[in-house]
Amino acid sequence: MASSEVLIKARGLTKEYGGFTAVNRIDFEVYKGECVGFLGPNGAGKTTTVRMIYCFLPLTEGELSVAGMSVSEHAREIKNMVGVAPQEDNLDPDFSVIQNLQIYARYFDIPKAEALKRAKEQLQFFQLEEKQDRLVTELSTGMKRRLILARALVNEPHILLLDEPTTGLDPQARHLVWDEVRALRKRGVTIILTTHYMDEAAALCDRILLMDNGKIIEQGKPSELIKKHVGADVLEVENDEKLLKALKTEFPSADFQAFGDRIHVFTTQPHGVFEHFLEQNPVTNVTIRSANLEDVFLKLTGRGLKA
Amino acid sequence: MTKITDSPVKFAVPKLTYKVWRVWRRNLDVFLKTVRVNFFPSLLEPILYLVALGLGLGGFIQSVEGIPYINFIAPALVAISLMNGSFFECTYGSFVRMYFQKTFDAIIATPVSVEEVIAGELLWGATRATINSTTVLVVIAAFGLISSPLFLLVPLIAFLGGLMFASIAMCFTAIAPNIDFFNYPAFLFITPMFLLSGTFFPLSQLPPIVQTVAQLLLPLTHVVNIARGLILGTANVFLLLSLAWIVAVTIFFFVLSINLMKKRLIK
Repeated sequence: MASSEVLIKARGLTKEYGGFTAVNRIDFEVYKGECVGFLGPNGAGKTTTVRMIYCFLPLTEGELSVAGMSVSEHAREIKNMVGVAPQEDNLDPDFSVIQNLQIYARYFDIPKAEALKRAKEQLQFFQLEEKQDRLVTELSTGMKRRLILARALVNEPHILLLDEPTTGLDPQARHLVWDEVRALRKRGVTIILTTHYMDEAAALCDRILLMDNGKIIEQGKPSELIKKHVGADVLEVENDEKLLKALKTEFPSADFQAFGDRIHVFTTQPHGVFEHFLEQNPVTNVTIRSANLEDVFLKLTGRGLKA
Repeated sequence: MTKITDSPVKFAVPKLTYKVWRVWRRNLDVFLKTVRVNFFPSLLEPILYLVALGLGLGGFIQSVEGIPYINFIAPALVAISLMNGSFFECTYGSFVRMYFQKTFDAIIATPVSVEEVIAGELLWGATRATINSTTVLVVIAAFGLISSPLFLLVPLIAFLGGLMFASIAMCFTAIAPNIDFFNYPAFLFITPMFLLSGTFFPLSQLPPIVQTVAQLLLPLTHVVNIARGLILGTANVFLLLSLAWIVAVTIFFFVLSINLMKKRLIK
């Protein structure tokens, strides 16, 4: 699994388009064998960062290296060792499922027989064997997504970049993709994924880089981030002045955040403190639940997710 | 931290490797899959022109510069087919692959560069031109309209001329905001060339100013000159001027189109 060998390193990484700064002087490392998630709302800079890693976008400022090679000077070498599953469907509609893999393999100079062997293996792994001679335009969204993943693996990459791998998928297809990502992780592939689904990041990633407005605002293991910022439990109550006052007296060090007409109360105190409070202050319409990454995100950015 | 560059793309002579042919090969594979709809209509078109214009209209025309009318227009049909083949391949065809299918984005994520993707498209455009015009060549041979063994050089000229029209087309693709935009070059550039490049009547019929414009600005004029010289066996040293004109224009637009596309694709 994750080792201490740094595979990707960014220092002061910046990307501007026109006058807009999409990625703003970020620093990060990715270690060999880990699964790192860039988590954040749309427009946070996740996709831009990933596109710079696979040399699709040139940097505006800063340094970015993959396996010790600068992305500005060794694009071809880096692209040889990276597998990319982009957000949008850019499968080749002029070809069948298996031809998509074979033709993609040709761009990597993989010999014909070897390409066919790998294509068959990938189709089996992604449960697409029966569809191998169909045109890609006939596939469902979930199958297309899996074919994009299969295509990203044709060159047997050391690093796999998954840009929003499950956006737009139904829960079943989503879990299938998760299982496949976990299996790849077990094989030792270093994985970088972007997502705006908190549960996805928590389920798949060893480490999370939380992005907002082009900056990395926090990073760490999912469980540690939750513990550090929002504790074990969250209390959700109605926005009522009297109740709020009572809560503030009881939990002076807690964080109170309003989302619409609900108040979220975060405390780093141990499990059970909210139940104790409610026994003495009976209120209706209240929820106590386990804290999750979404709470971390909302707390750190102080606002709800963008659409 | 130092700013790397103000603009992400600098004008440069493209660096190309054999990977260009991987892109070319992808397009060839698609062509071979769809050869029935792509190839056979192009076989019918020259036959229609030869029958309608050569036999029908040509019946009213004694001869042009001492040549039967049908023999006069046959080489022009070869030239027109190579122009259409490459120009439409690298406008509509390339635009669909770039904009709707995102095929270029997919290839650029592999060890193939943007420059190589565009160069592969241009070489494919030239190949389409060669395929189309060779088909027409076979048709006019069947009509007995070839009078010189020099015609064997026509496919080479078709590839070169095809590369020229492909490169010009790709410049339009690089600046096209949407696919309807191609109506402009199709009607304002291709149609005038189709009619005014010495195709269906000699340029000398036109006012001198139009003749000069045709020779300076309409690439098809030079392709028609060469095709006619090779097929009718009237080639002379002046054709080398047309050849030089084509080579210069091809090099210029080949480099320009790759740079314009780079600018469009790399943000």
